[in-house]
Amino acid sequence: MNHDIKAGSYLDAPHGIASWLLTKDHKRIALLYLISITVFFIIGGIFAAGIRTELMTPEGDLFTADMYNKVFTLHGVVMIFFFLIPSIPATLGNFLVPIMCGAKDLAFPRINLLSWYLYVAGASLTIGAVALGGVDTGWTFYTPYSSMASNTNVTLAALGVFIAGFSSILTGFNFIVTIHRMRAPGLTWFRMPLFLWAHYATSLVMILGTPVVAITILLVGAERALGFAIFDPRVGGDPVLFQHLFWFYSHPAVYIMILPAMGVISELVAAVSRKQIFGYSFVAYSSLAIAIIGFLVWGHHMFVSSQSIYAGLVFSIITMIVAVPSAVKTFNWTATMYKGSITWDSPTYWVLGFMGLFLIGGLTGLFLGTMGLDVHLHDTYFVVAHFHYIMVGGGVMGFLGGVHFWWPKMTGRIYPETAGKIAAVLVFVGFNLTFFPQFVVGYLGMPRRYHAYPEEFQILNVLSTGGAAVLGAGYLLILAYLVASFFKPRNAPANPWGATGLEWDIPSPPTTFNFEHDPVVTEDAYDYVGRARKAREN
Amino acid sequence: MSHISSKRLFYTIFVSLIILTGLTVFVARQDFGAMNTPVALAIAGLKATLVILYFMGVRYNTPLTKVVAASGFVWLIILFGMTMGDYLTRSWLGFPGR
Amino acid sequence: MENPNAPHEHHPALQHHFHSMAQQLEASVLGMWVFLVTEVMFFGGLFMAYILYRSLYPDAWLAGSQELDEFLGGLNTVVLICSSLTMALAVRAAQVGSRKGQIVNLILTIVFGTVFLVVKYFEYAKKFEHHLVPGAHFDPARDPAQQLYFSLYFMMTGVHALHMVVGIGLMLVMLHMAWKGRFSAEYFAPVEISGLYWHFVDIVWIFLFPLLYLIGKHH
Repeated sequence: MNHDIKAGSYLDAPHGIASWLLTKDHKRIALLYLISITVFFIIGGIFAAGIRTELMTPEGDLFTADMYNKVFTLHGVVMIFFFLIPSIPATLGNFLVPIMCGAKDLAFPRINLLSWYLYVAGASLTIGAVALGGVDTGWTFYTPYSSMASNTNVTLAALGVFIAGFSSILTGFNFIVTIHRMRAPGLTWFRMPLFLWAHYATSLVMILGTPVVAITILLVGAERALGFAIFDPRVGGDPVLFQHLFWFYSHPAVYIMILPAMGVISELVAAVSRKQIFGYSFVAYSSLAIAIIGFLVWGHHMFVSSQSIYAGLVFSIITMIVAVPSAVKTFNWTATMYKGSITWDSPTYWVLGFMGLFLIGGLTGLFLGTMGLDVHLHDTYFVVAHFHYIMVGGGVMGFLGGVHFWWPKMTGRIYPETAGKIAAVLVFVGFNLTFFPQFVVGYLGMPRRYHAYPEEFQILNVLSTGGAAVLGAGYLLILAYLVASFFKPRNAPANPWGATGLEWDIPSPPTTFNFEHDPVVTEDAYDYVGRARKAREN
Repeated sequence: MSHISSKRLFYTIFVSLIILTGLTVFVARQDFGAMNTPVALAIAGLKATLVILYFMGVRYNTPLTKVVAASGFVWLIILFGMTMGDYLTRSWLGFPGR
Repeated sequence: MENPNAPHEHHPALQHHFHSMAQQLEASVLGMWVFLVTEVMFFGGLFMAYILYRSLYPDAWLAGSQELDEFLGGLNTVVLICSSLTMALAVRAAQVGSRKGQIVNLILTIVFGTVFLVVKYFEYAKKFEHHLVPGAHFDPARDPAQQLYFSLYFMMTGVHALHMVVGIGLMLVMLHMAWKGRFSAEYFAPVEISGLYWHFVDIVWIFLFPLLYLIGKHH
């Protein structure tokens, strides 16, 4: 009986490489994405290892200054555009959004596959730029450096980012239409899992912001390739306009990285506390608020450019406001755990790790959003530490928490629980050891993007490099046991965590069309209390 | 969703658009001083609205489509407004570079 | 053609993951609108640069605009409005199931789109002759800030023309489908959403025409 269900799983039929490369099944595309982003995480991680090794000593001994510029640029470009932005939406989101909607697939399956191919094409171009000698502009491609001064392969790398941007737009576009038009009967907006709310908000940012950076990159390309003048100060163009257009997307892009992680944590925190999420509608609306207000704060990246201080003042104030919905989420997660029946499974560790790291990352963001203080902290390691706490401490912890939570559902396999807990602790400790010293060293005045530094900063940098080794070991451990789980029998139960949600009512792994009968939703999300009551009554 | 407009409506919109095109060429030759560009944009906006409402059928579409169609323009205002808010206030402090 | 008594679930164009043709149509139309929002933002970046530089260099903008051919720009505006009319009529023909109406109007739309591109080609050729293309060959006697105007002129009209090329490609696909009699009162989503795209490209030009061609005509 059990065997029969497994035989119909989406992993088995149809067979063959072509059936995977031409698949329109959102679950298979999610796995294609999972494999590709893992590859790019490893590539980006190797560049990070290079950076940390160089910074163990005050002298620039491992890399020349030029080489170091390329290493940190590629670390940033690969990690942001080819790992973090697609990480949760394109893998967990692709897998779960249709299932949580009670649908057989996303609204546009072929466009979903196209999105993966665009991602691969864009990523390959950027890797091609690495093979041809690298790029040294920093991940921000600031003009006039990227348009006039740099002699590296900027056009090729930027073209890769441009193309990958469209893959992101197509993902967001698919999610919005699916959530609007494909929900099962009974699945009203306020019965939706918060994961869907978070992905809806993320998709808004993707479709409203990404096109602006796309045209901006195209303009830089036109300057380099055709000799046009858009940002060229020699004819009166303003390089700061590039910064405006770039950050109009790239600040909201931070929310593309963190909002889906918040969605994951909302699911996990309810599941491990066995409780309805505290203040459901506040958490739901706060996702939208972050997405919308997040579009009004980009100028806080430009306090030390020629931006007017009056504009800076407005951007600074709105930056304080955007902290409110993030705080609403954090408080509500904490309140959800309060008096919950907390289970100490491996997802619990990721939830707690996320909350701690995101809290530090968010609060230090307020330091940087304060216009006066930012003049001191701008372009120091304080900034580096802050955004790593958000994007790695928040984004990657959320991603890994989600992968651990839904791994049995996605693959039908179980990983060793103890190893999962050890990995979570290693990542948490290693992460703090890597990046907390950077707050200190940045506050003391160490600028980012240099391969050499004064001797008095060495102790903190050695601590940071040591932490990076622990962090790397944590990631490798995860990779090892997740890959090893493929060599074990496919015996995951349908609902290993006892969680609520449509995805847990279907077999692990799901069948190709997800549901045998079209589901009808009759209860609110996270109705753990109601379920427990029903179980007692039966 | 499957609203079918009459051919007569389409022809009326078409004639209005042609007339407005003539009007925009005509007013471009008049000097309204600071109002030159606003007048031209108002006519272009009116033409775009006619195309969106009738040729694209938004008038007969769901409220959701209306919101989506409007959202792009709202976000443009954010982009234009906040960026120009920087450039237009740069000289307020009265000394160069700040 | 289709059997009108067949239930919607059995329509050959219904994809497996939709419940009904109505849901499929609603999803397609919403999808196209969401896509058009991304297009608005894509062109928005160009308009942002236009607003800033026009406010910084009004004289360069007036001088640059004098070099554009108002007649050809106006002609192209009329041509595009005509194409929007035939596009709307083509969608209507699909809704009422008139194969002939679809074919005639789609061909007219393609013809108007092609006329637009041909006119554009002659305009571009003149700019090359007159050394108005930004870069090394730009007329050195002119105010360098005019390079900003012409860079934006070429980017805005170039990206717009690229959208026209894509649109004509879409129309050829629609013509092929209409020829085969694929569209009916139940199934006309492809021609409807291609039409939305076509009208959007028209709207962009409605703004480009006064902003590029007509400034400074009162001098």
